[in-house]
Amino acid sequence: MAGKQIVATLLLISILSGSAYAERLRGTVSLDGSSTVFPISEAVAEEFLAVQPRVRVTVGVSGTGGGFKKFLAGETDINDASRPIKTREIKFAHDKDIGFIELPVAYDGLSLVVNKKNDWVDYLTVAELRKIWQPGSSVTNWSDIRTGWPRQKIRLYGPGTDSGTFDYFTETINGKSGASRPDYTASEDDNTLVQGVSGDLNSLGYFGFAYYEANKDKLKLVAIDRGDGPVLPGPTTINNGTYAPLSRPIFVYIRKSALDRPEVMAFARFYLSNAAILASEVGYIPLPDFVYEKAIRRIERRETGTAYHHNVELNAANLLATQ
Amino acid sequence: MNTRLSDSRKQLLRRHRKARFFSFVWALVTWLGAMLLGVLLYQVWVEGYKWLDMQFITSFPSRFPDRAGIKSALVGTIWLITMVAFISIPIGVATALYLEELSKKGWVSRMIELNIANLAGVPSIVYGIIGLTIFVRGLDLGRSLVSGALTVSLLVLPVIIIASREAIKSVPTSIRHAAFALGATRWQTTWAHVLPASIPGILTGVILALSRAIGETAPLIMIGALTYVAFVPEGPMDAFTALPIQIFNWISRPQQEFHELAAGGIIVLLGVLLVMNALAIFIRYKTEQKLQ
Amino acid sequence: MMRPSAVIDNGMTNCTMANKVIANIDSGMQTINRRRVRWGELLIQSSLALCAMISVVTTAVIIIVLVKENLGFFYEVSPVDFFFGTRWVPLFEPSSYGVLPLLWGTLSVTFGAALFAIPVGLASAVYLSEYASRRMRSIVKPILEMLAGIPTVVYGYFALVFITPLLKEFIPGIQVFNALSGAIVVGIMILPTIATLSDNALRAVPDVLRQGAYALGATSFEVTTRVVVPAGLSGVMASFLLAISRAIGETMAVTLAAGATPNLSLTFLESIQTMTAYIVQVSMGDTPAGGIAYQTMFAVAGLLFLVTLGLNIFSQWVLSRYREVYE
Repeated sequence: MAGKQIVATLLLISILSGSAYAERLRGTVSLDGSSTVFPISEAVAEEFLAVQPRVRVTVGVSGTGGGFKKFLAGETDINDASRPIKTREIKFAHDKDIGFIELPVAYDGLSLVVNKKNDWVDYLTVAELRKIWQPGSSVTNWSDIRTGWPRQKIRLYGPGTDSGTFDYFTETINGKSGASRPDYTASEDDNTLVQGVSGDLNSLGYFGFAYYEANKDKLKLVAIDRGDGPVLPGPTTINNGTYAPLSRPIFVYIRKSALDRPEVMAFARFYLSNAAILASEVGYIPLPDFVYEKAIRRIERRETGTAYHHNVELNAANLLATQ
Repeated sequence: MNTRLSDSRKQLLRRHRKARFFSFVWALVTWLGAMLLGVLLYQVWVEGYKWLDMQFITSFPSRFPDRAGIKSALVGTIWLITMVAFISIPIGVATALYLEELSKKGWVSRMIELNIANLAGVPSIVYGIIGLTIFVRGLDLGRSLVSGALTVSLLVLPVIIIASREAIKSVPTSIRHAAFALGATRWQTTWAHVLPASIPGILTGVILALSRAIGETAPLIMIGALTYVAFVPEGPMDAFTALPIQIFNWISRPQQEFHELAAGGIIVLLGVLLVMNALAIFIRYKTEQKLQ
Repeated sequence: MMRPSAVIDNGMTNCTMANKVIANIDSGMQTINRRRVRWGELLIQSSLALCAMISVVTTAVIIIVLVKENLGFFYEVSPVDFFFGTRWVPLFEPSSYGVLPLLWGTLSVTFGAALFAIPVGLASAVYLSEYASRRMRSIVKPILEMLAGIPTVVYGYFALVFITPLLKEFIPGIQVFNALSGAIVVGIMILPTIATLSDNALRAVPDVLRQGAYALGATSFEVTTRVVVPAGLSGVMASFLLAISRAIGETMAVTLAAGATPNLSLTFLESIQTMTAYIVQVSMGDTPAGGIAYQTMFAVAGLLFLVTLGLNIFSQWVLSRYREVYE
């Protein structure tokens, strides 16, 4: 079992770095936010339990935006985010005097999926995606997208409006964050979307790559063409940027004042040192090692603020440049 | 034979045939309805039994189905239900005693009665919203066991009050008169005679209400108990998860293994309910014997 | 049989007499107790009264919270748009707050559930009260009560894992999340409510009526449908109303089975969204927020509260207004 191996590896890591975790910590670490980041955080929390059994870690799911609302209300210590913090949220944090530290934890390729039995869709172009998903879209049948596809009513599944995946997708495809046709099955929980698409022949949905990875046998991945041929998302194409424009980094945000609690500090450190292994285990693409190292330095030095302002494009090159 | 007579004979036959036919239909429909319970239990059992072992009971939730368990959910449910019992039983029984024994039967008590009857019909999700607004936010109790217990207590309170009142009502008036005749005050009568006599009935009602509380999911989701919680709560202010929440979480995952885990969790939940109901029957039996 | 009014009069006299007796005892007690004010008892009495007030406070809090947030909501959204609008997209730009699709979702699930549960529940009640032997009753009634005791999340599981795949066998075009599956499972859920409450109502019909009808040569079917059910009709109707109110307020099963797409679909095969499922959806995404999206939750909850409260009061009224009184 892959799971057992990873557990063994992690145990080894924790034994080797035993000195760092020797002291038994107590206390609580609370996370909330994106369902896209949830699998990584859940895995980290589960493994952290093996090293620090007295620390209580809770991981909730309420979408990136919903999570930020709780984070900025001081209800949680760490927020899982599948998009960078927004200007509005930064301003709010500033007003309330909350310092936050931004830590990229992995890459995600936003995946378009159809039902396993769907035999007509081979790829979709970015223009076709926009045609389907833009506000006021007139696409109701598959045949409206490309001639030759069946005259069947298309059923759409996508993340809810509080999700960073939604923000990112609408911004990239429709040009404006939040601009989307509303008549689709929306859920903050990507599991619901997987259930929907896997059970419905005429469905089309989008969500984080990890949820495709975890449900490969039930879904069919759709290649995306932005002009230089169709590309399927996968570890290589997401990492080297050829799967575009739908690949992006995902983050956790830590409240600066929470880092004064040793258990939060230990958890953050643990998160960054194990993110690479655990992220790939749950279906994400790990960042280069030096990014994690820099991120650890960030929490040690308590460097607050975001590297992403609304005019900076979210891609791998920028992520590295700003670290 | 005269045709008239044979006509009415035929009619009579027809009527009786119809009666026989329908007596069969009623029974059939009833049994089909009852069989749904069998189908449901069978489905749950077939999917879930293979996950039931000590490891399932003693493990925390996990992303690997074969390592996942319900420890935190089970302990959370036990905490929650104990707290709900401590909050709702005294208040519920006190209210019932007041309404049945002590209050003046005026418009005030009529209004309270009407109010309780209507509260019993308020959808549980509305209680969830109130719990979120008042306990989690307003009183700043956070997403803790206290918030959950208070919310669920409000929800089951009407049920406990109504059941306790029925039990108190069924205590014969002669017991009260006897106590009064011996010079007992109203409260002495209530406390020493009416309450003990009504305990079996109250207990049954209370346990049924608590069984309902155990299965409540919606209000707990509203107050935000839907999280990955891999620890056992140690105090009332701790975050928690509960059995129905964990089951809901597993159902909403697409993988077959998690559906099976959900079935396993359901078996445990139904097991807890069964134990509670058996307890109710046992207590009623015991106390009834003593009273006789 | 007595004329109903005579019966009522007679009942009233009995009642007043009993009250008088109690009042006499009461005044007697008071004269005895007046010698010494029992502070301890007064304290106990008032603390019990305080407990009784908790339920009143609960109602008050529910109403205050809902009214307060609804005022905020209707300050932004006109009631006409809310009650008569046909698009419910509060979270998208441009937003629209027509609650009809949610109301429709709730009504279609409730309607489907009632379509199943009312005939089956009534048939079971008739069987239990009129036909079943004592032994049969002692088997069937607990089974129905157990069905009523099963948590709703279990029904959600049953719908998603058993009913929907089964429906797919017969209706290949059905969606994973669909109103039909939700309706069936809610129907199963409210079945025991109808069966047990109607059974109680039918059993309260005095045997004299049955014997009279049999003596006139009626068959068992005729006695049941023309005498017993009409005589117990108020209780039976009240059980329907209570069950429907439960179906409207039901949350977990429809959240899991019926989906999250508010629409005015007429077929039962598509994903819909009920009022309760919407509240869950918002609370899972966005609970701490202020603002209009947060307030939609309260607007929908307020409507839900009014509808169920109305049904409950109506059922109490039916019960008291149309109760046939027998000696």
